[in-house]
Amino acid sequence: MNTIIFSALWGVLMMYVGFIVKKQKSATAFAIVGLIVLLVVNWLEYAGVSIFSIDLQGMLRYNRLSLVFNLVIIFSTLVYFLLSGSDIEKFGKSSSDYYALIFFILTGISIIAGFQSLLMLFIGIEIISIPLYILAGSEKNNLKSNEAALKYFLMGAFSTGIMLMGIAFLYGDAGTFYLEGINLGLGKITPMLAVGMVLLMAAMSFKVSAAPFHFWTPDVYDGTPTVFTSFMATIVKAAGFFAFFRLFENAFGNLHADWEILIAVIATLTLIIGNVTAVFQQSIKRMLSYSSIAQAGFMLLGVFALNIFAKQGLVLYFAAYSLATLGIFAVLAKFKDHSIEAFNGFAKQYPLIGFSMLICILSLAGIPLTAGFFAKYYMLIAVIKYGKMFWLVIVGILCAAISVYYYFKLVQAIYFKEAAQREEVVFTRSFELIMLANAILIIILGIHPNWLMALLYM
Amino acid sequence: MPINYYILLSVALFSIGIVGVLTRRNAIIIFMCIEIMLNAVNLLLVAFSKMHHLRALVADRATTVGTDAQLFVFFIMVVAAAEVTVGLAIIVMLYRNIHSVDINFLNRLKH
Repeated sequence: MNTIIFSALWGVLMMYVGFIVKKQKSATAFAIVGLIVLLVVNWLEYAGVSIFSIDLQGMLRYNRLSLVFNLVIIFSTLVYFLLSGSDIEKFGKSSSDYYALIFFILTGISIIAGFQSLLMLFIGIEIISIPLYILAGSEKNNLKSNEAALKYFLMGAFSTGIMLMGIAFLYGDAGTFYLEGINLGLGKITPMLAVGMVLLMAAMSFKVSAAPFHFWTPDVYDGTPTVFTSFMATIVKAAGFFAFFRLFENAFGNLHADWEILIAVIATLTLIIGNVTAVFQQSIKRMLSYSSIAQAGFMLLGVFALNIFAKQGLVLYFAAYSLATLGIFAVLAKFKDHSIEAFNGFAKQYPLIGFSMLICILSLAGIPLTAGFFAKYYMLIAVIKYGKMFWLVIVGILCAAISVYYYFKLVQAIYFKEAAQREEVVFTRSFELIMLANAILIIILGIHPNWLMALLYM
Repeated sequence: MPINYYILLSVALFSIGIVGVLTRRNAIIIFMCIEIMLNAVNLLLVAFSKMHHLRALVADRATTVGTDAQLFVFFIMVVAAAEVTVGLAIIVMLYRNIHSVDINFLNRLKH
């Protein structure tokens, strides 16, 4: 609750900072201070101290899961600002505008973290999407960026229309927008309810780029400036999944047995299409966008299972996936050439960053001792404990094996290929240290995942 | 008037919107079709609101059941307006660069 107010306020402040302060560095510093304030506020709320208390009419309710999710999101954004702040500064006349937009997105994510009403779901998703359209098109003179922005906008608005139609039909059936009211009223499936639920499922699949609705993802991620792709592919995607999970847990939990097959099919398609297509990509940016589709398939297993393991696993998955992808994208954003060959012999030239990237890649591939391993493990355990459709586990493991192939192409380029002619990139000392800290954090989460998951029960 | 007519009308409008988005090539027309979809939803929500309200009115004269959907309609309008500002800005930006709003030009990202 308090994070909504503070992040919106800080977004407005950020816009004025652009007038007052002319140095780009100080805008970044101000944004980082803002995130630390958000972290503190969120932690206070977690500890039970509320700065504002407003009667929300039950439209928003924050439980442990939403606050821990918010914590993970804000922390990942902090890592993102620390790693990519210097690249955001290079955009446009004043970087504080972009920071302001990112703070507004965080407002939307905080609403998503606690929504109990379909109205709040709609508003939260729109507050996330609209600033993102602007970020996607932030490179005004680059045609690829223009194209990505237009595509993302048309697809996003289209899926919003579908989501609203779903909400309207659900309202017609249940007579309420509250998730609990809808869940309590579920009994027999009426045509109106079925149409509403399927439309909502399709719209949410659009937002998280799950398989039959994934076609916009590679184009948009490829065209968007790399700095903002990294935000879009990690933090925003996690928010979409949280909305998906919360909606289907709280509003359709009583009908779980009826819709589980649909989610199972979507998850299988997402896993297979994402992983198989990623194998053929030559550009790292495009490969990572297909890999993000593939990881979405794993997160969908959590939505499928909907039990306590899925909750723990999703929080861990958000952290593991966001940290690892942010690390790789932060290095990628410094390069103009995004082909895999551009990274040949990278580790010889920059051993520290090469090593950090290696840890990130291993975590994405799900190798033990990194956070990605336990994230995938919990997803599969959730499906096993749910006790139905074991073939999903087999598909998951096979797809994880395929993913090792394309991730290791990158490792091979970084460590085992001869150094090629490469554009000169200077990494600052602080960037190296933050990358290393990020890698160490991934390893710590890989050894002690329960340190994060215990927060759900403290 | 039975609710079925309203449902049919809004589903028809919604389908016109979807078909338009899928077949037209002009970015602004696609955009208009998306607006038609949103307005079909508005119509449906108001119709359902009235339906639930009339049902609840039988039991209680002072009921407010069903008014929340009309509030939702206002939110949809506001959000659609916000989307229009961003969307038209994006289309203008594209027009400045390629002097066309035809989305067939948008194939640079396909490999």
